[in-house]
Amino acid sequence: MATVLDVLSWGLLVTGGFFCIVGGVGLLRMPDFFTRMHAAGIVETMGAGAILLGLLLQAGLTLVAAKLLMIGLLLFLTSPASTHALAKAALVRGVQPLLASREDPSPKP
Amino acid sequence: MFAVAAAALLVTIAMALTRAALGPTIFDRLQGANTIGTCAMLLLAVLGFLQGRPEFLDLALVYGLLNILGTIAVLKYFRHGNLGHPGDAEERSS
Amino acid sequence: MFYVAGTVAVLFAFWVLLSGFFTPFLLTSGVGSAIVVVWFSRRMGIVAHEGHPLRLSMRALITYGPWLLMEILKAGWDVTRRILHPRLPISPTMTRFKPSQRTDLGLIVHANSITLTPGTISVEVGPDEFLVHAISAEGGASLDGSEMDRRVRALELAS
Repeated sequence: MATVLDVLSWGLLVTGGFFCIVGGVGLLRMPDFFTRMHAAGIVETMGAGAILLGLLLQAGLTLVAAKLLMIGLLLFLTSPASTHALAKAALVRGVQPLLASREDPSPKP
Repeated sequence: MFAVAAAALLVTIAMALTRAALGPTIFDRLQGANTIGTCAMLLLAVLGFLQGRPEFLDLALVYGLLNILGTIAVLKYFRHGNLGHPGDAEERSS
Repeated sequence: MFYVAGTVAVLFAFWVLLSGFFTPFLLTSGVGSAIVVVWFSRRMGIVAHEGHPLRLSMRALITYGPWLLMEILKAGWDVTRRILHPRLPISPTMTRFKPSQRTDLGLIVHANSITLTPGTISVEVGPDEFLVHAISAEGGASLDGSEMDRRVRALELAS
């Protein structure tokens, strides 16, 4: 039983690391500000969620697990707020989003 | 295995740092800083497990709170503060 | 009064959870901190006027949580594929649509769910109109009258 939990949590930790790196790559590759926010969203939801879940499996039923859950809840509640605030402030300050036209779905350089 | 996650987080922090350094708008830099904050919080949690010192989770919790507060505060400063001119120039030149 | 006492109790439970020590000094300072925080909050006027903080139907919430998790996983995988694809197949769009929620809490839950799902970000939020930035045209087009909209509406209707 313990080994099953270990393997599962290791898998989750590696998956979380993978998603974090994907988010970082997206942060560098994406062409404009608004699309970069989506890449950062990957780090904040998928990466953080998988890593915290993996640590939770390692912690077992202790106070440490409660603290991990609290960190997860904090991230769950605050990351949409800060993302929304950033997007709104950028739009208000006149950052023009790069938009693909409806006829041509191919990405612009 | 904690080391793998920690290394991945460090790589992500490096990439976010590159984005924060490249810009081009202040919002890109702020987004990079926000991502660094999230990754640092996760890194603190993972490091606590790596070294068998779960007190690091408290630091991670505080870091998470400071991260959101910092992002909102900097946004508000750039929107209403009277020292927002560097941000203005940066945006126009982009 | 009942609401104030409940807030103090919740804050004190939070303190105990964070500290994990049960010495008399730390427990007393925990109670003191909780009372002081609630007193300050009342003076600032940020606890007074919400009688029932969570007006959501619990039954709908239980099905909404796992459903949202599945949506996040699906959308996250989709965005991951787009990022790693050599040609970067993105087609960013801004979509305006009218949400069907009537209460503030329903609107907040809807907007937060949109932002939490990778690939869509709510940029402007109001009772009459949401402005959403989506990374793909399909994601943007499927937002108006979506299943999420319907589910959040059910969440607040049953309250």
